[in-house]
Amino acid sequence: MDIYGKVKALISEQLGVEEGELTMDTSFEDLDADSLDIVELVMALEEEFNLEISDDEVEKIKTVGDVVRYIEAHA
Amino acid sequence: MAPGVGIIGIGSALPAKVVTNFDLEKFLDTSDEWIRTRTGISERRIAEEGVITSDLAARAAEKAMAEAGITADQVEMIIVATATPDAPLPATACYVQAKLGAVNAAALDVAAGCTGFIYGLVVGSQFVRSGAYRHVLVIGAEVLSRILDWTDRSMCVLFGDGAGAVVLGPVDEDSGILSFKLGSDGHMADMLAIPAGGVRRPASLETVKAGLHYARMLSGNETFKFAVRVMGEVTQQALDAAGLTREDLDFLIPHQANWRIIDAARKRFCLPEERVVVNINRYGNMSSASIPVAMEEAVRDGRLKRGDLVALVGFGAGLTWGAAIVRY
Ligand SMILES: CC(C)(COP(=O)(O)OP(=O)(O)OC[C@H]1O[C@@H](n2cnc3c(N)ncnc32)[C@H](O)[C@@H]1OP(=O)(O)O)[C@@H](O)C(=O)NCCC(=O)NCCS
Repeated sequence: MDIYGKVKALISEQLGVEEGELTMDTSFEDLDADSLDIVELVMALEEEFNLEISDDEVEKIKTVGDVVRYIEAHA
Repeated sequence: MAPGVGIIGIGSALPAKVVTNFDLEKFLDTSDEWIRTRTGISERRIAEEGVITSDLAARAAEKAMAEAGITADQVEMIIVATATPDAPLPATACYVQAKLGAVNAAALDVAAGCTGFIYGLVVGSQFVRSGAYRHVLVIGAEVLSRILDWTDRSMCVLFGDGAGAVVLGPVDEDSGILSFKLGSDGHMADMLAIPAGGVRRPASLETVKAGLHYARMLSGNETFKFAVRVMGEVTQQALDAAGLTREDLDFLIPHQANWRIIDAARKRFCLPEERVVVNINRYGNMSSASIPVAMEEAVRDGRLKRGDLVALVGFGAGLTWGAAIVRY
């Protein structure tokens, strides 16, 4: 599975949304995710892609696309 | 074969005064909705003026001793786990010793933040297992309300006051505390700390003005991640040490820091909700008192029965963490 696919699968699992509803432009605000949902998602991403995402970086992540681009650049 | 060591009595003491999230809304820029959704807390107990840690500790201990059917003179060691001692010196356990009239007891404190009760339980159990002592009191007691900055909404909404105590004594070798695992990472010492009041930064006008005597947390997110990860890891390690699996567990009794932490850890650990004891909604984070108070409630309401297998798991300042597997 490519990074986009893996990221969508993780988000769908963590936030309980259908994968089909997710696009690169979907924002976490639209998904009603609060800051701790994001922390949990970040934990799942860190474990899946074997990296560490700092608090500062997390602040900049607003959409599904932001996640995909971050992973592509760092994994 | 060495005898086992188990919990032969348990008790708790909670201040009568309830402070709800709505009460906090009156003087803080916060909301019941924010606090409930981010932490699971609806209300907490706050000690009345003049009530101190050793008072709550002694009350909880008396109940635990009554259940164990022992008198104060039969207690040979008192261990108080606390982050909020009566005073920097002497140990709070000494004040408790005097209040109980436990004339034959050694008395010491254990400082391991919110993991304090687990650390104290493990320390105390060694004396019973070795045969050196028969009855050891282990108490987690806190008056956190007096080390909080009540203008700092990110901290003061999270905590509450209370105490829980157990009497450890000899039991059959296949019951009681079956295994444990403790850990620490001092590189993260500043994550959760009271910066001043020790010898590095003695109390002065400046430290008081700068608010350095209040408990502070550097990164809520980092603490959250640490807590969720370590809870599952240390519980698994303790289970492995006992040759048991998570399917064997009747209950997980975690430190009550945040419902979101407990729930995230529970899901990763694949445990159904009804097997996790949660009371943070009514008490907030009582640091070292959280675990014994939650355990006492589960015993009193009939959920936790003799013979059940429980994992007690804590994490907190230090950083420290620990788990004990107990056949109750
Ligand atoms: C403390 C904790 C609940 C904070 O959760 P969070 O949602 O990530 O909070 P943040 O600090 O990112 O703050 C998010 C926002 O809520 C605000 N906020 C903080 N406390 C608030 C409160 N009581 N009421 C209303 N808003 C609050 C913050 O100011 C911030 O606002 P901003 O984005 O406009 O700056 C969470 O990090 C946590 O529980 N961590 C573990 C802490 C713990 O239990 N430690 C003890 C271990 S023993």
